[in-house]
Amino acid sequence: MILLQLFLAFFKIGIFSIGGGYVMLPLIEKEIITTHGWLTMAEFVDIVAIAEMTPGPIAINSATFIGYRTAGFFGSAAATAGVVMPSLVLVLLAATILKQIYRHEWVQAAFGGLRPAVMALIANAAILIGQTAIKDLAAAAIAAGAFLLLLKTRLHPVMILVFAALAGIIIYK
Amino acid sequence: MKNNKYLQLFTTFFKIGATTFGGGYAMLPLIKREVVAGQGWLGDEEFLDVLAVAQSLPGAVAVNTAIFIGHKVGGASGAIIAMLGAVLPSFLVILAIAMFFAHFAENKIVAAAFGGIRLAVAALIAAAVLKLGRTVFKQKQSIILWGIFFILAVVFKLHAMLLIAAGAAAGLLLHSRQGGKTNKGDTP
Repeated sequence: MILLQLFLAFFKIGIFSIGGGYVMLPLIEKEIITTHGWLTMAEFVDIVAIAEMTPGPIAINSATFIGYRTAGFFGSAAATAGVVMPSLVLVLLAATILKQIYRHEWVQAAFGGLRPAVMALIANAAILIGQTAIKDLAAAAIAAGAFLLLLKTRLHPVMILVFAALAGIIIYK
Repeated sequence: MKNNKYLQLFTTFFKIGATTFGGGYAMLPLIKREVVAGQGWLGDEEFLDVLAVAQSLPGAVAVNTAIFIGHKVGGASGAIIAMLGAVLPSFLVILAIAMFFAHFAENKIVAAAFGGIRLAVAALIAAAVLKLGRTVFKQKQSIILWGIFFILAVVFKLHAMLLIAAGAAAGLLLHSRQGGKTNKGDTP
């Protein structure tokens, strides 16, 4: 039963991908290309490119796309449900437990150290994306312009994304 | 009233899901804006705490964050609704692309537009760090910790899980050495 296979394959991918995003890709590659042969390597590279260009987490985009390619609409639904199911169960569990212990002084102390660590991770993400995207002077100018607009104005971030898209079309087309 | 809360969860996370490109952390500035500043469901520090938990569990950070915040606002049903809201835009867009635009990624204009968007996403995330920093960096030791973790992440490419574990350990260690008091936040 292909739908069950898709669900289980992506469930497994969902469970073992800790740390988000690109950590999932090697797992997807192993499950989907090597184990099940649902896609070729070239198709997989295309999907990663599309997943990067569309809204949402890469893991979900890949699940939807591969599910559709493999078994149509129901395949995409089964794969997507599979990939988010571990998150749903585990986060609900964690949220319930944390609600009980959040005010405990040791828990608060741990979070006191966690907050700078999470902020370092976020800063690292900005640098990683910047490194791949800033290829020339024009790109650096767009990034700097977007950064200043965000800090100095009350423009909605989505407007800034739209401006950046237009700038990209004008410069790189 | 109850329905209203669920509808708000759904539309808020649908909006977030529809406007975030680049995966993972790219969603966070928007989640922060909508959830912390917009709806007031969480404070700045609590937002970082939710992120720490979301990052430590399997799955996409943005989806985990949606589930966590949904649970806080509306229990288990809230969690499911927030998750559906966050996932549905990607699902629909990818479905449409898989059905109709097989060569989407090869389109020159599309590629150029996304070249620009990626730049703004990097700026968005960097700005989020600065804005969050205003509340988190009230203590000197937080800034020092951040500096250490930043170097570990950027230079030594330490895995996110290890970084989070190190953060928790550092917090506990400092607390036990000082025997002092930490801020008490709200329940998540």
